[in-house]
Amino acid sequence: MNDMTPTREQRTAALEGMGCKRKRVEDIRFTQGKGNYVDDVKLPGMLHGDFVRSPHAHARVKAIKTEEALKVPGVLAVITAETLKTVNLAWMPTLAGDVQMVLADGKVLFQNQEVAFVVATDRYAADDGINKVEVEYEPLPPLVDPFKAMDHNAPVLREDLAGKTTGAHGPRKHHNHIFEWTVGDKDLTDAAFRRAEVTIKEMISYHRTHPSPLETCQCVCSFDKVKGELTIWGTFQAPHVIRTVVSLIAKLPEQKIHVIAPDIGGGFGNKVGAYPGYICAAVASIVTGKPVKWVEDRIENLTATSFARDYHMTTEIAATKEGKVTGLRVHVLADHGAFDACADPSKWPAGFFNIVTGSYDFPTAHLTVDGVYTNKAPGGVAYRCSFRVTEAAYCIERAMDILAQKLGMDPAELRLKNFIKPEQFPYHSALGWEYDSGDYHTAMRKMMETTDYAALRKEQADKRAAFKRGETREIMGLGVSFFTEIVGAGPSKNCDILGIAMFDSCEIRMHPTGAGIARMGTKSQGQGHETTWAQIIATEIGIPADNIMVEEGNTDTAPYGLGTYGSRSTPVAGAAIAMAARKIKAKAQMIAAYKLEVHEDDLEFDIDGFRVKGLPEKFMSMKDICWAAYNSVPPGMEPGLEAVSYYDPPNMTYPFGAYLCVMDIDVDTGVYKVRRFYALDDCGTRINPMIIEGQVHGGLTEAFAIAMGQEIRYDDTGNVVTGSFMDFFMPTMVETPHWETDFTVTPSPHHPIGAKGVGESPNVGGVPAFSNAVNDAFSFLGSTHIQMPHDFWRNWKAAKTLGAVA
Amino acid sequence: MIPGPFSYHRPATLAGAVKLLADLGDDARPLAGGHSLVPMMKLRLATPTHLVDLHGVADLKGISRDGDTIVIGAMTTQHELLTSGDIRQSLPILQEAAALIADPQVRYLGTIGGNVANGDPGNDMPALMIVLGANFRLSGPGGEREVAASEFYQGAYFTALEPGEILTSISIPVPPAGHGYAYEKLKRKVGDYATAAAAVVLTMAGGKVATCAIGLTNLHETPLLATDAANAAIGSNLDAATLKQAASAAEAIMAPAADARGPVEYRKHVGGIMVMRALQRAAGRAA
Repeated sequence: MNDMTPTREQRTAALEGMGCKRKRVEDIRFTQGKGNYVDDVKLPGMLHGDFVRSPHAHARVKAIKTEEALKVPGVLAVITAETLKTVNLAWMPTLAGDVQMVLADGKVLFQNQEVAFVVATDRYAADDGINKVEVEYEPLPPLVDPFKAMDHNAPVLREDLAGKTTGAHGPRKHHNHIFEWTVGDKDLTDAAFRRAEVTIKEMISYHRTHPSPLETCQCVCSFDKVKGELTIWGTFQAPHVIRTVVSLIAKLPEQKIHVIAPDIGGGFGNKVGAYPGYICAAVASIVTGKPVKWVEDRIENLTATSFARDYHMTTEIAATKEGKVTGLRVHVLADHGAFDACADPSKWPAGFFNIVTGSYDFPTAHLTVDGVYTNKAPGGVAYRCSFRVTEAAYCIERAMDILAQKLGMDPAELRLKNFIKPEQFPYHSALGWEYDSGDYHTAMRKMMETTDYAALRKEQADKRAAFKRGETREIMGLGVSFFTEIVGAGPSKNCDILGIAMFDSCEIRMHPTGAGIARMGTKSQGQGHETTWAQIIATEIGIPADNIMVEEGNTDTAPYGLGTYGSRSTPVAGAAIAMAARKIKAKAQMIAAYKLEVHEDDLEFDIDGFRVKGLPEKFMSMKDICWAAYNSVPPGMEPGLEAVSYYDPPNMTYPFGAYLCVMDIDVDTGVYKVRRFYALDDCGTRINPMIIEGQVHGGLTEAFAIAMGQEIRYDDTGNVVTGSFMDFFMPTMVETPHWETDFTVTPSPHHPIGAKGVGESPNVGGVPAFSNAVNDAFSFLGSTHIQMPHDFWRNWKAAKTLGAVA
Repeated sequence: MIPGPFSYHRPATLAGAVKLLADLGDDARPLAGGHSLVPMMKLRLATPTHLVDLHGVADLKGISRDGDTIVIGAMTTQHELLTSGDIRQSLPILQEAAALIADPQVRYLGTIGGNVANGDPGNDMPALMIVLGANFRLSGPGGEREVAASEFYQGAYFTALEPGEILTSISIPVPPAGHGYAYEKLKRKVGDYATAAAAVVLTMAGGKVATCAIGLTNLHETPLLATDAANAAIGSNLDAATLKQAASAAEAIMAPAADARGPVEYRKHVGGIMVMRALQRAAGRAA
């Protein structure tokens, strides 16, 4: 070998494969303002639609007068429920097995509900038209408090369900009841509580919040009357599912529907479901024969499309005096708003909330979830978390702190004592999951050592003494959180959406010059798929990542997939990518064997090509194999080099992590400062450490927002009082704390590359860390649990209630 | 979030602007930085049929010194206040407050005239104007007149401005050399209005407060001058008891609305805390 021959390290580095902090290729266009978003789609003759919305939370719609609106210059049509009934689209099915009004049909059930759709030649005319639509309402008593939903005299919200004692998920107990979902062994759990030496019980609420992506929900629908084809550009996290749903409800042949999700400005669960705007824009295009654009504004997004959480979790733990947990009992009252439009796998009305046993070895547990209707917006989406997993993590992590407090134990010590041990994996939880892998003790101890946890506890003790002596008005809290996520929905044995198994897919096509294109059923909304997917392929087949173009979001070209949410892309599509790449590699090996005139078994893969075992100079690069695939394949072999893989995962993946938040709170104003935040994540094999770090930063920032103030709050009459970014807490870089990230690596044993999801872990683990920090700060004054969000005035209120402020 | 139709006018002179507003009547609104009016228009809470943009009127711009008075043109932006040497030297409290208004992008466009003339109780500058004893020069169809800042605010969004009148400039007497000042603003995040804020300008003599004025922001439908609180501070060395007394006196005149920033009780309580902290910080700065 001469000096010019690259070393093995250089050849590996040239691929920019897995483990490389490869810069995000999509950022070249994003940072230059050259992204292509839905609102950038401008078609000749395109019309604009916008909604008349209800000012009332609950009212009968007596009349809708559209004559004046139709006189506004530029206004072409006003669509109402009556119009939609002519095409049988006044109501639409939800992903949760319920139905939802597309436009108000007889009554409205939440503030800002869609009442009429005004179609005009431009956005201004549409809004002028909205102001001329006269709607006559007869206000009805609003139901805002979910705890009153099943009172015997509670107002009837869903008249369409009158007499229906069974819903999509079993019996309904009350006219405002949606479902009851029960998991676990009740008798065994009750027995554990009867025998328990120590128990705790607390109603832990996770307030209503909203994913609020920077880009709101929007679409452009264009119906070609001649071809009978409908093209939809939309902000879709799951474009194929949207195509199937549109086909089923609009009765259009699926091959005549083209769904294109271009660049997406954040999703966070907000863009999984189907909204009235999509249906109305499609109908408007069919009616007018022109393309129709619908773009939500911020207030509409916050108040009408898919909130998250609103879970009220009465939680009990049974334990021994020594702090060994013996049982868990949880009842959830779930506020779903006016329609059950949760975006969960179809058989999971409360998502994967049964991960609520967390990282702990509970011998028995029992869970009941009651879903109820209220006069609030529908939704209940997984806002940067797998389905209801952040609720579950918050529930158990708060409860473990409450138990530690009751036992007089350190919260970290209590967790270490109850963790599932490394040798117990695969671990079968009391509520039915098989945890694939984990090493919780190592992660927790690394967190404690890196942050010098013991010294922080000592400092806290000193500060508490100083506070009691009147020397400071500041209190200090340490928020410990240890979470286990369940991501990668999911195995066909337990996950589907409307009957479609939750597999995902990849198609790779190599070109003669050693380059290629890869398409997936997922859809990046900022996760960096164009970068990381190419890295998996680079390592698997030895072609530089820069030579692989990744394309997602076009249902005409991409293989069918279930989309990107619930941290499923890497666990499911990531696996499909590796499997498709391995098919490419297998064919490449046959071609190389033919060209090198040896048997396939005599070859070994070596970074970027195949080498004859024991004869290092006999080597054929993947680049050359690509060329050969198009001109000199072995006799009988088809030319070309491409592969498709549809991956049905055998199990979920279970990322975990250990977080610590150090917070100081000024009791006189309630103002907090996050002094330090340490996040250790274990997501198995790390594809791009820089992107993981970015994901963790983003997820922690959203967790910080939610725990410390981000709330969709309703007043007693059902008005949203936090419907804009003035009042809905969206932290800027000024408010956002500094993040310290760390990791351990416990690969998933069943995933082809050992990777687990990571995008949502920081939200799941972060919220309890912040809330536990606040609660820990106040605990020495006698409180056991303070509800989120922990904004300034509520912190002050807590201090005042506890006697720390006069 | 789409405004209704309106016509746009851009006069080049003050006289032209005044005439336009007089001719167009109640349906016209002057446009300064637009950071209050335009959002209101997007929500269609304000629906003027004519906007008279004042950006073309050169006479409304600039900061000058006239003896012991600083004169600030109404169209001076918050950013220009922050970069003015005259303001830094003579009215540093204006820079402290301006830096707490919204964010840099808003401060490049938002004007001091718009901030003081809109009558929004959440705006920061009005309380400072009262504390500093500023006078507002107004120009309208009936000619020019001066109104003291302390007489200007009548209610939320109601001011002494008559129909067709424009605020043209603000005159502020320069506080004595060695004065102490502080603007304490509690807000939830960058860009938010104050949950509570207090402005203090004082002088010290022999370790005691000699003169003192205290203003309060967003704690009432108008900015407040907390005279009793200031009187409590005068003559004291701002010991703990005096600070508490000043805070109580200030709280007694507060009447904030409950909103997402907190209930009335909280906003008054932190209003008192802002007064105490502003007094302490101002005293620490005084010569």
